[in-house]
Amino acid sequence: MDIKKLWSEIKSKYSIFLVLAVLFVVSWIANENFMSVKNLSNISIQITVATILAFGQTILIICGMLDLSSASVLALAGVLSVSTYISTESLLLAFLVAIAASVACNIINGLMITKFKAPPFIATLAMMTMARGAALLYTNGQNIYQIGRYVKFGQGSILGVPTPIIFMLGTLVVTWYILKHTVLGRSVYAIGGNEEAANASGIDVNKVKMKAFIINGIFVGIAGVIFMSRVNGGMPNGAVGYEFKALTAAVIGGTSFTGGIGTSLGTLAGSFIVGFLDNIMVLSGVNSYLQQIVRGAIIALAVIYDIFAKTKRTKAKLGNIEAKNKV
Amino acid sequence: MENVSRLKLINIEKSFPGVKALSNVNFNADKGTVHVLCGENGAGKSTLMKIINGIYQPDGGQIFINGQEVKVQNPIAARKLGISMIFQELNYIPEMTIEESLFVGNWPRNAVGNVDWSEIRKRTLELLKKENLNYSPETKLKELTVSDIQMLEILKAVSYDSDIIIMDEPTSSITNKEVEVLFDKINALRSRGKSIIYISHKMDEIFKIADRITVFRDGVVVDSRPKDEYDMETVIAQMVGRRLENNFPKQEVAIGSKVLEVKALSGEAFSDISFHLRQGEIIGFSGLMGAGRTEIMRALFGLDQYRSGEIYINGEKAAIKNVKSSIQRKMVMLSEDRRRFGIIPVRSVRENVSLTSIKKFINGGRLHAKKEIDTVNEYCKRMNVKTPSIETSIEALSGGNQQKVILAKWMVTDPDVLILDEPTRGIDVGAKYEIYKLVTELASQKKGIIMVSSELPELIGMCDRIYVVAKGRIVGELNRNEFSQENIMRYATEAVS
Repeated sequence: MDIKKLWSEIKSKYSIFLVLAVLFVVSWIANENFMSVKNLSNISIQITVATILAFGQTILIICGMLDLSSASVLALAGVLSVSTYISTESLLLAFLVAIAASVACNIINGLMITKFKAPPFIATLAMMTMARGAALLYTNGQNIYQIGRYVKFGQGSILGVPTPIIFMLGTLVVTWYILKHTVLGRSVYAIGGNEEAANASGIDVNKVKMKAFIINGIFVGIAGVIFMSRVNGGMPNGAVGYEFKALTAAVIGGTSFTGGIGTSLGTLAGSFIVGFLDNIMVLSGVNSYLQQIVRGAIIALAVIYDIFAKTKRTKAKLGNIEAKNKV
Repeated sequence: MENVSRLKLINIEKSFPGVKALSNVNFNADKGTVHVLCGENGAGKSTLMKIINGIYQPDGGQIFINGQEVKVQNPIAARKLGISMIFQELNYIPEMTIEESLFVGNWPRNAVGNVDWSEIRKRTLELLKKENLNYSPETKLKELTVSDIQMLEILKAVSYDSDIIIMDEPTSSITNKEVEVLFDKINALRSRGKSIIYISHKMDEIFKIADRITVFRDGVVVDSRPKDEYDMETVIAQMVGRRLENNFPKQEVAIGSKVLEVKALSGEAFSDISFHLRQGEIIGFSGLMGAGRTEIMRALFGLDQYRSGEIYINGEKAAIKNVKSSIQRKMVMLSEDRRRFGIIPVRSVRENVSLTSIKKFINGGRLHAKKEIDTVNEYCKRMNVKTPSIETSIEALSGGNQQKVILAKWMVTDPDVLILDEPTRGIDVGAKYEIYKLVTELASQKKGIIMVSSELPELIGMCDRIYVVAKGRIVGELNRNEFSQENIMRYATEAVS
């Protein structure tokens, strides 16, 4: 009885990690090339940019919002950063410029949503188009090459650990800490769970939403630096579609689009699930068009699971009430 | 077969989980009459109307229309049987035009099966002309007033050729002048032989429009007579009844100094509200639905802005701009709508309780989990919350326990003033009693308590003083020795006329 209970609790709380573990084992068995330090390290590095974006999305989605502009803002911040480096040769300045540009765009996102009450979907859709346009306008549509030491951000390593992975772990810890240990985190969950009740409990809803966008801005800036560094250039057309990769990771990781539910570790697991799947499909020579279908199907499955889990919760609740009425 | 009632209900029964909503109800509506149903909030009037309109199915009893027994499966079936209902809360689509809204769901089709818009235009113009209404078919509903839309609803009922028209408190949101227009319309419908069922508890209206009056209380028909055999006093007495006094755990508490004083507070839906509250005192706010009680409390708590007036808390002038400033001044509010303004459904009991005071548990930038858990456990115990664990999601709890969790959430902030807006709405009798006990206990801890309630026995049983609100103003203040349901109802209804 208790073991059953424990199992169901593990299942409901950690199901995403079970899926990840199963996928890992299956991949290991299915393909001999999967289980090698080099391959696993490659997967980890490949998913960093999308994962860092996904952490920002996770906070926003929990809070009942989302960011469609993250990949475009990434490109804008990235090219500004690269060109700053080329003219000043300062890595620090280049890094700060990326963060500043991205945070600025996200403040505009936040203002559209809090001050003008624009739906997040529309507000960030507008920013997605504007930021991409700005990136192309700034570079005149040309890639910036010969970026010198700038590659250190995405291709270097510290104590043998690749820098992108360090950044990914850093943003993971920040996201985890915010969601778990701060007033801001609690407020984010409360607003996503029931905005009016959060407001009636004395939470400054607009301020929290602005802060969520600023944090997202910092993450997107970091992702921009890593992305440009990894592709060896400032690419205004880079990272197209990454906002959806990020949303995918968050959703697969159990972040609920109805708000109020989600964790940083879940999103990390979601990102790895996508990474493993992509990797095993490539290693096994699966047709690349088929790969897309599989990726889409996984999103559908994750959403259906989310809804299924929710109805199960409601049913359990009804069961409780019935049981109570009997007594 | 002379004198067959158009609508006849016999022995209607209806229960909801834990509540008997209607028992043994008999009701007639005759041709060419206005039959007024009155009773307090929750007396069962609306439930009965929803049964007639097919929204609810009765558990027992029979419904006859023109002598034929019928089953009303749903509102569409009701419409086919000649029954139309005009709801108290009008639901309409602001972007729709008059002609669109008149025929929604009932579009005439042309030969190909598409909506026949020229037919709609023709019939709309005919209807408007016949009913003497001066609207253009292309006007959008958002440009109309509430009473215009009500007229349209009536028009719709006429267009369906309904013989039985139910109106649920149709004057609750229109002006006196518009009431005149409405009454003219009702008189016209009556003279055309329609049967009108009119729900209201405004005495002056009832006596102006009724042919027959039926009084409801606690789900049973108390009495039903032609209007001429009634007078206002009798109706009020029957509405409130002489119920068994519930056992309220009221204690005598030493009343202390003023914790709250409100001077001439005015806002959107209320004006010139002045009252005071002392430590250990429970004051009640009574009034009919829509009188402005909730709006006053929302403004006081900072959820809405007030236009003018002054609020003093513990003798100090307090500028309440938002909820946060109210909480800082140690004034909190339990909202009437628990699902909307109270709970965060997907989160745990723990997170719901600590929502208002999470800062208290943060130590050196890090959340002190044990401190939070201990505090939440302590307050859940004090509020007698029954939950498997504080990690259980709040939506898994019963309504009464959810309410206690919300109360716990506010108690953690250690308030001096508690505003409780309908604290026992939608919870069962046992849990109600527990809430009363908690409120009494809080009063004995020198908290000042404002209780807003539609249930008069609750206010009479619990309060030290009662303010009666009508039309956004305080129209009466009663001390304990003046408490009676008749007194309160008289203030609440007389001021309306």
